Amino acid sequence: MPGGNLPKFGVSALKYAVLAIFAVLLAFPFYWMLIATFKQNIDLYNTDNNPFIFNLPPTLDHLKLLFLETRYVRWLGNTALVGVIVVFITLALSLPAAYALARLTGQWGQRMGIGIFLTYLIPPTLLFIPLSRIVAVLGLQDTIWSLVLVYPSFTIPFSVWLLMGFFKSIPRELEDAAMVDGLTRFGAFFRLVVPISTSGILTVVIFTFTLVTQEFVYALTFISPESQQMVGVGIPIFLVRGDVYFWGSLMAACLITSLPIALLYNIFLDRFIAGFTVGAIK
Amino acid sequence: MAVDDRKVGVFMFLPAVAYIVLLIGAPLVLAVLYAFSDARIGSVGFHFVGLENFRSILQSPSFRAALRNSVVFTVSSQIIVIVASSILSIVLEAPFRGRKFVRFLILLPWVAPISLGAIGWKWILDSIYSVITWVLVWAHIFKPYSAPMWLGEPGLAMASVVLVHSWRLIPFSTVILLAGRTSIPKEVPEAASIDGAGFWRTEFLINVPMMAPIISVAVLFGTIFTFTDMIVVYILTAGGPFDSTQVLPSLAFATGIQGSDLAAGAAISLFLVPVLIVIAYFMLRVAYRAEVA
Repeated sequence: MPGGNLPKFGVSALKYAVLAIFAVLLAFPFYWMLIATFKQNIDLYNTDNNPFIFNLPPTLDHLKLLFLETRYVRWLGNTALVGVIVVFITLALSLPAAYALARLTGQWGQRMGIGIFLTYLIPPTLLFIPLSRIVAVLGLQDTIWSLVLVYPSFTIPFSVWLLMGFFKSIPRELEDAAMVDGLTRFGAFFRLVVPISTSGILTVVIFTFTLVTQEFVYALTFISPESQQMVGVGIPIFLVRGDVYFWGSLMAACLITSLPIALLYNIFLDRFIAGFTVGAIK
Repeated sequence: MAVDDRKVGVFMFLPAVAYIVLLIGAPLVLAVLYAFSDARIGSVGFHFVGLENFRSILQSPSFRAALRNSVVFTVSSQIIVIVASSILSIVLEAPFRGRKFVRFLILLPWVAPISLGAIGWKWILDSIYSVITWVLVWAHIFKPYSAPMWLGEPGLAMASVVLVHSWRLIPFSTVILLAGRTSIPKEVPEAASIDGAGFWRTEFLINVPMMAPIISVAVLFGTIFTFTDMIVVYILTAGGPFDSTQVLPSLAFATGIQGSDLAAGAAISLFLVPVLIVIAYFMLRVAYRAEVA
């Protein structure tokens, strides 16, 4: 019998059950990080104990170890610095490019835009070997400047694409009127279009920043010293001493780093997705 | 005026294009050159060796395993992702109390950095302290200390990396499908249901065909993000045990960077290119169709 004829409460009970199962499965690792963050080691490493509850009182030891005895804070700083600089480079290059492609270059501007977007599909795992040599030749190996140089290569294409769509939604007449009033094309772009595009710019800022915090392959390839790490590589690779995992501190670091990034990204996700699906939704 | 605009336009997009050409175009060319050379970390000069690198990697058992694993990894996780995200997009579509919070929980694997999520899984799948093992022992499915090692046995390790990668991609695909669903004019499925079409008929005869372009976008991106990814594999198993989870990108990293053999590493990563070209072709078709319509 088709589902449409099922009693209504049955359908919605089924719906909530499915939702609950997926939510638990998808969010579970983060809940598990939370538990491990506050568990005493003798509780964490005793397989006779029920792992879902605190068999002993919670502790802050793992957090103390993480903040006081590892380079975690340093990695956070590195990541924030790279993120901010890459955001600036991305904006400086993609704002004018997107405007030009949306407004000034006619029909082949659109084609060019698609071309630029397609470069976003070229993965780090294809480029990391030659880039590691380029970075070494430039003397940037083992410094965060290697990442400052390389990260815009994947943040610019997507940002140009997002901003192109954004600029197209601004009525042309606005700029035409301003230019009749004596502004140059450049002036119209800087003094009129950029200020009213704050929400598009904000999207690019958040997108670029989260992408920088999530990147792993380039950071792993270009940088080896512990003190120069980004947070996404430092935590999984350098919080391990020898073969010993400090699971409590490790999970604490994962959780504390993930949550703010996730919250920020979550707010803007729909706009990024709109960027992915332009063309497939009318 | 128009000519002037074009000049300004070229001037405005040239810096971005130059950046992309220098940091994507040039390395891409270099990757191809390396693949035909004997470059190693520290070597100087360029020696053309023809197809030597390809001949030797094609004979290497690690490469064959990686090629096979890459296909298994990509195809199986795409199937899991598309089935799970279709179901999720259906149940998430209508508004309900707490929808925003549930959505956030569901999106977590995608919006949090994957290297950190993968470490979370490494703890969940730990050989001794795995919570999954604990539950199975508690339920008397396994005796203590005789439970399987999730990341230590070839078949299980592959299943683990596939599932963790699917876990990561399900939210991404769900959000894309949700966007597709909300763009379907509501009258069509409603009319169908008034005409007596049940849930399954409405889904498969109306919603799925109308969402075909958006489903293909989700699959195309998902395929790229899977086939070219090494993060989950690198963190969970580093390709082991015995290359059973080695994929092309992780093998390229192990060979080219960790093993200093740039030429062989570049040759291995070039095997990603055919798949990328096919995907780009289909993406262009989706984009072109939208332009015409």
